[in-house]
Amino acid sequence: MIELWNALPLVIQILLKITAILLPLLGMVAYYTYAERKVIGYMQVRIGPNRVGWRGLLQPIADAVKLMMKEIVIPTKADKTLFLLAPMITIAPAMAVWAVFPFDEGLVLADINAGLLYILALSSVGVYGVIIAGWASNSRYALLGSMRVAAQIVAYEIAMGFALVGVLVAAGSLNLGAIVEAQQGNVLTWFWLPLLPLFGVYLISGVAETNRAPFDVAEGESEIVAGFHVEYSGMAFAVFFLAEYANMILIAALSALLFMGGWLSPLPQGWTGGIWVLQDGFHWLLLKTFFFMFVFLWLRATFPRYRYDQIMRLGWKVFIPITIVWILVVALAVVYRLPPWWSA
Amino acid sequence: MGFEKFLFYVFALITLWAAGMVITRKNPVHSVLFLVLAFVSSAALWLLLEAEFLGIVLVLVYVGAVMVLFLFVIMMLDIDIATLRAGFIRYLPIGILITAVMAVEIFLIVGPSNFGLEAFPAPEPAAADASNAADLGRVLYTLYLYPVEIAAVILLVAIVAAIRLTLRRRPETKFVDPSRQVRVKKGPRRIRLVKMAAEVAVPAAVSSAQPGVEENS
Amino acid sequence: MHFDAANLIPILPEITLLITASLVLMVDLYLKEHEKGLNHTLTLIGIAIAIVLTGAVGGGEPQVFFDGNLIRDDISDLLKGAILIVSLLAFVYVRAWLQDRGMLVGEFYVLGLFAILGMLIMVSANSFLPLYLGLELQALSLYALVAFDRDSKKGAEAAMKYFVLGALGSGMLLYGVSMIYGATGSIEFAPVAQAVAEQGMSNKVLVFGIAFLVIGIGFKFGAVPFHMWVPDIYEGAPTPSVLILGSAPKIAAFALAIRMLVDGLGSLHPDWHQMLVILAVLSMGLGNLVAIAQSNIKRMLAYSTISHVGFIFLGLLAGSEQGYASAMFYSIVYAVMAAGAFGILLILSREGFDAERLEDLKGLNDRDAWYAAMMALVMFSMAGVPPTVGFMAKLLVLEAVVRVDMVWLALVAVFFSIIGAFYYLRVVKFIYFDKPADDAPLLVTTGGVRVAMSINGLVLLALGVFPAALLTLCQDAFA
Repeated sequence: MIELWNALPLVIQILLKITAILLPLLGMVAYYTYAERKVIGYMQVRIGPNRVGWRGLLQPIADAVKLMMKEIVIPTKADKTLFLLAPMITIAPAMAVWAVFPFDEGLVLADINAGLLYILALSSVGVYGVIIAGWASNSRYALLGSMRVAAQIVAYEIAMGFALVGVLVAAGSLNLGAIVEAQQGNVLTWFWLPLLPLFGVYLISGVAETNRAPFDVAEGESEIVAGFHVEYSGMAFAVFFLAEYANMILIAALSALLFMGGWLSPLPQGWTGGIWVLQDGFHWLLLKTFFFMFVFLWLRATFPRYRYDQIMRLGWKVFIPITIVWILVVALAVVYRLPPWWSA
Repeated sequence: MGFEKFLFYVFALITLWAAGMVITRKNPVHSVLFLVLAFVSSAALWLLLEAEFLGIVLVLVYVGAVMVLFLFVIMMLDIDIATLRAGFIRYLPIGILITAVMAVEIFLIVGPSNFGLEAFPAPEPAAADASNAADLGRVLYTLYLYPVEIAAVILLVAIVAAIRLTLRRRPETKFVDPSRQVRVKKGPRRIRLVKMAAEVAVPAAVSSAQPGVEENS
Repeated sequence: MHFDAANLIPILPEITLLITASLVLMVDLYLKEHEKGLNHTLTLIGIAIAIVLTGAVGGGEPQVFFDGNLIRDDISDLLKGAILIVSLLAFVYVRAWLQDRGMLVGEFYVLGLFAILGMLIMVSANSFLPLYLGLELQALSLYALVAFDRDSKKGAEAAMKYFVLGALGSGMLLYGVSMIYGATGSIEFAPVAQAVAEQGMSNKVLVFGIAFLVIGIGFKFGAVPFHMWVPDIYEGAPTPSVLILGSAPKIAAFALAIRMLVDGLGSLHPDWHQMLVILAVLSMGLGNLVAIAQSNIKRMLAYSTISHVGFIFLGLLAGSEQGYASAMFYSIVYAVMAAGAFGILLILSREGFDAERLEDLKGLNDRDAWYAAMMALVMFSMAGVPPTVGFMAKLLVLEAVVRVDMVWLALVAVFFSIIGAFYYLRVVKFIYFDKPADDAPLLVTTGGVRVAMSINGLVLLALGVFPAALLTLCQDAFA
């Protein structure tokens, strides 16, 4: 088996690896939408989708088929090229980001040194799709939505970037694998504890970056109908949807990786007693990611939408100062080797 | 080597094409988007030069933040393209002349005769585990500490100047200050409940003169 | 690799300015409208401390700090001191003007202090990088100062022009620097000079780079044909900004030229010499001729600046120690004169009125004889009438030019300064032989302004009679 794998040309190997990452990801996106409707349904004492398939399990497939059959309506006077380009610009970075994501020790498509920066850079490119979509639709609601997104993303990207600076100061590396290894130990040596303020800022900024409730002013259906994608239909709309959920999964997975020890087990090495489930492994990463994905839904079901000026205030006047102060604290702790995290 | 060279030419051509489009497009939004494309492909060129840190930072800072704001402003402004382009044809010949002279000069000076591989042999490729970010950081904070600090002051000046030139309080615009809003606490001071006797039905003629409910403040 | 705290000693004046600026920035937030004068006081104290520190850390053998980024030598000591003193005078003059127009805010002082900081950095740079960064720091602050009156359309237009042309000039400079780096493999002046000496003239890249450097320097000085921005900006910007922009930055621009052309590329003197000759002759010619036709005194002073820049270039292009010393003397003296001239314009202005036309100077003698005398001194000095220092400065530059066998150039310079004398003397005529306008009120100034202006004017006279005091310092710096 391994000989056969090695005999394949490098390009084929890489393509296969990419498929192995993207297919489960797309499957997860599909069932994330299902989970969202179910979870929010139960939280609101409803049942949620239950018609297609057993307990509604085939609902995402039905949705996908429906969206594929629909016509893509291009408004008159819209900028046709950009209108069609926008969804692709949104989805491409959301997929490409996963290239440097380590799923387990050494299990990564491209183990590059500046992995964290790469993720930050690519996720900041995604916003262009939203802005272009709003502008190219030639609709006021859409333009308003994309204006909101532009200002919001820039504000929260700074906070998010600074939170990640704290992580890389703490880990001393930009490589995602090395960041996980720096958290080696038990649940208390993971970075969520020493970097607690940054962890909070990162998580909330992550919600804002993905335009999810309670920061979804870009869509804001009660004010500007559906914001930037008001004119999109069919597959073009589905691609936006796909990108949004892929980004949510990414933020959840990154939270697990950067602050919750990734694939590390919460128990110290000696306590696992050789039981496979308790030892480090991919399943822990998956578990933690699922937890954060659930948090996204939980937030949406719990909080009403923030007002726009309050969002900007939170980003600029609260989060950025917090992160700057905490970076300083972390830097001092690293320099003076504060135990137990940096005693070595 | 061959594949790398191929990539280099591809990205170089994209960069040049995008740069040309930036100055020839009629629509300013298209121009900005082509500028973004030019940035992205130059970042790719930097990656080919093994300067991955700089390449990624170029995307992160210029594409991800600066150009987003730029696009934001361009979309908000109602730019009158006709007046902007009024002199385009008139100045085109002299523009082309200057460009041609500059291009020839630059080619003669910067071209292979002075900066060829004989004068500047290609450097050894960096080791696989060489970390760009660490190397840059080490140089910046030792050898170039003084310039880095000056650059920090320049950024401070940029902030001060921008705020001075744009921040103005307009008394005629009405807005709620979100900081004051969120500072509101629940409790007895915020709302006052007044005990009062139950309403007695009064004849319709009198009721309009009397306030039905006492105001809460 | 450990950081040596001794590196911080030579930049103590810079650190003082930075701290002062940050302090003003923060204190200003908590000041009420009528307490804004504290900004002024803090700024003056900060500059005064910086002057004292410059004297304290100065002197001795040239030393290089910060891994070759910074140099402290006699040139930097003298120029830093001169920049700080001229700026101190400038800040004393601006207060009343700002207060009358409700612009006495911390930002003016902060931006002014940062501009001075940028100049100090340029003066003591030992490599192209800090030189360029200092230049940008200065330029960015000055752009903002030009646009400081944000309700003024003229000011905004001037700032825009300044910004675009300034950015173009910086771009040229940077391109030239990149060529020099390509040819020599270093951005530090000493290694560049060494590499240039070894390669000699043969390298086309160097000459190409120098052409761009000279263009950049020309832009920053405002020399013809790169002078287009100067008159518009002098006219459009608020007078306090012009005062700050028109005085000390000339000293810094001189430092820019000296550091790049002499420290770095001194052995290529025959190359840049020719370019500077063209710039000098054109500047003196156009500056003096066009100034005659101006009715706006700020515009007139702008063209006079251009002609003085021509004289500074004369000293530089001589290429001898004497030439550099005389150019240094000239630029310092010019900065003092410019501070005085714009200071008088500020004194003449009052709430709702800006002294901008030549007629506004009419009958100054009847309104305040002392200020009239000071303005006359400044004008005589700019025209080069003995016994003021302007005469000495011109004489020294001409002597240096004659010594290197360029008599024709000296004759051209003399010819144009005689033409130039006309418009300076016309100002003197307005001051003494014309009646003031009927509605002109008496001049009200604070004691501080009067003392500063007296020092400013009398220095021009004193240095004219005893030039040795400053001249020996200039000559020692290049000995």
